[in-house]
Amino acid sequence: MTLCRISIVLVAVLMTWAGLGEAVAAMEKESGDGGVALPVIPRGQGDNCVGDIEFMRRNHMTVLRHQRDETMREGIRGKQYSLKECVACHAVMGPDAMPVTVDSPKHFCRSCHDYAAVNIDCFTCHASRPEPGIE
Amino acid sequence: MNMNRKTENVGVTPGFDSGRRRFLGTLSAAAGVTLAPGVFLYGAGASRPVVARELDVAVSGAARWGMLIDVKRCDSGCNECVSACVEENGLQGHGRPATDAQWIRKVNVRDPDTGLSQSLPVMCQHCAEPPCVDVCPTGASFKRADGIVLVDRHRCIGCRYCMMACPYKARSFVHEELEDQKPHTPRGKGTVEGCTLCVHRIDAGGQPACVEACGKTGGKAMLFGDLKDSGSEISQRVASYATQQIRADLGLDPGVRYQNL
Repeated sequence: MTLCRISIVLVAVLMTWAGLGEAVAAMEKESGDGGVALPVIPRGQGDNCVGDIEFMRRNHMTVLRHQRDETMREGIRGKQYSLKECVACHAVMGPDAMPVTVDSPKHFCRSCHDYAAVNIDCFTCHASRPEPGIE
Repeated sequence: MNMNRKTENVGVTPGFDSGRRRFLGTLSAAAGVTLAPGVFLYGAGASRPVVARELDVAVSGAARWGMLIDVKRCDSGCNECVSACVEENGLQGHGRPATDAQWIRKVNVRDPDTGLSQSLPVMCQHCAEPPCVDVCPTGASFKRADGIVLVDRHRCIGCRYCMMACPYKARSFVHEELEDQKPHTPRGKGTVEGCTLCVHRIDAGGQPACVEACGKTGGKAMLFGDLKDSGSEISQRVASYATQQIRADLGLDPGVRYQNL
């Protein structure tokens, strides 16, 4: 009786250990250098981004900041870079088939910013997802 | 007309500092002007369509956007303009009228001598000489070349000097964190905001949500247009009939004018 119980516990511990090992292996694979898991960056809609991807990764903040003043102060709209368009094109759907907000770690901007440990101030004022029902 | 009209505000917390609202008490005496019978202002339906400009070109001083409100056609029980503004800009409050944002409000005025009661919408008057811009320490409060007075919240530090400076009490402060703002109307905690004249609609060739709602389901009291375009309906109206600016004595030259007040 007791032997049986011990063997069940042993099997359970072994199984958990094996599972844990697999998970750790998977994380190491994702993160490359064994640190924080790499961000998941889903493709945006359409064929290509408004800029070269390498350029956008490094300079998106600069172009957005430059253009926001033109839009706000001079009414220049519809130019190449627009936060609203980024948010619309890179919307990530949640389990309810609605675009997630920046509250979700899956949010396009947030997944990278979490990885880089950089705060995003944009979404304290700007909408972090397209208006539901409007593409 | 008596210059000491009693004022009261509608939809605002009781105990509101009425002294700051005394501006309405000096509404000038032009209400005595008799208009030709059968002359009405029409809102969305009858006005000339506003021509959209090239969107990649900066706005210029060639236009000055303005509004004409026919108080005679504004019903005290109608709140369509306010609801439309709330809906358009996502201004749903927290049920705390003292601090909830208010970009446009209905104000009731009564002449104690004659008993005449009138109701009118008051929003940012988009002054040509805006005092909010004069006092802003960071340059956040500014006037666009086409006359629209805005807050650039990238620069606003939330000091609220502009709220103190505005004689129309047209600006609100956002006290709490917001979620799910409208993509075309960014707004957030710690900054001041006010009527944008629906600048996103104007840039797309449309007209403000309040004017549209007033024309559709309201009293057709509001007319929007370019005050510098002599062919526009609003220019022709202000050239033909006596209209007035609220607190014209301050010399701020508001872009919002009132008729039959």
